[in-house]
Amino acid sequence: MINQIELMEVVEKYRDNGIVVPTMTGSRGWDKVSSNKNRDIPLGGAMGKASSFALGVALAQPDKRVIIFDGDGSLLMNLGTLVTIAEKAPKNLYHFVLENGVYAVTGGQPIPGNNRISFAGMAKEAGYANAFEFDDLEDFASRAAEVMGAEGPVFICVKTTPEIQNEPMGLRAPSGVKPTKAAIQDLKKDLGV
Amino acid sequence: MTQQALLSPEAVIQEFKNNGITHIVYLPDSETNWMYQLMEAEPDMDLIPVTREGESIAVAAGVIAGGKKPVVLIQNTGLFESGDSIRGIAIDCALPIVMLIGYRGWTRHGATPDSAARFTEPILRAWGITYYLVEHDGDADRISLAFQEAERTNMPVVVLVGDEYHGFNR
Repeated sequence: MINQIELMEVVEKYRDNGIVVPTMTGSRGWDKVSSNKNRDIPLGGAMGKASSFALGVALAQPDKRVIIFDGDGSLLMNLGTLVTIAEKAPKNLYHFVLENGVYAVTGGQPIPGNNRISFAGMAKEAGYANAFEFDDLEDFASRAAEVMGAEGPVFICVKTTPEIQNEPMGLRAPSGVKPTKAAIQDLKKDLGV
Repeated sequence: MTQQALLSPEAVIQEFKNNGITHIVYLPDSETNWMYQLMEAEPDMDLIPVTREGESIAVAAGVIAGGKKPVVLIQNTGLFESGDSIRGIAIDCALPIVMLIGYRGWTRHGATPDSAARFTEPILRAWGITYYLVEHDGDADRISLAFQEAERTNMPVVVLVGDEYHGFNR
């Protein structure tokens, strides 16, 4: 199992000032690590659609690296995205899935198929150019150059430790993560588009 | 029985060109099926096929965030499926996404038995989304109005394709 912050610290080294689209618990983690928040789009609305959004960005900005931090429960809500992404095959897209096995923000209920399905296997069979799976940080760190240098679309499933939120919604502290609307405006300004 | 086409795909594609469309995000439907060949032949428009309509809104949002100009082409049944994407992305993020919606079941002649048609306009009104009806080539400039409205308001706008006999058939 890998701590998501430690994973993201490694990925950040290979960001190349690219555009990063995190979602759900990944948004809170990436917010602590990011070196350029003007190029981060934490996608809060429409659970499951972060990878679809990132595909649109990757196709509009083919010369920029685009990195997704998806959730396993989120991906299950939009599995067709694997086929859609593979069909367009953007070479600049890196699709991480933080597989913690649970719906962390709703109290940690297990996702359907936990420990029985292979997300990397599904991505590979859908047609991603490359697919990897990691459950050890040192293993990932030692191969990060290979992973982030591979031709996209690249799928990277990472077994992560769940960070379960179980407080009632009204009692949770604000995440501090930038709202998606403002993030899109900041990105466009930063890109000059 | 042979019937004359009312809304030609050429007229729609020309509207896309007039408005600088760079990406067409779509899922084929029976009202817009004949668009495909013409869209595929357009070198300046990237076709992005999706597996379910809710994806289309998020993909289009990403295209906008990346500085390009998309249009979404789906059926009204897919509009219903896209509800949370329209709410959580297009509306909440104030994005000028224009959606051409095949108006399945729509008719000017008597009652429609198709619930897809009956629910379409009430749902658009409930979501506060402006919409324009396009039935034939003479209406095609409403597509430009939709793009202008979307840009002016920073909101999604719908064009309902109500060619009740042919869709985009020739």
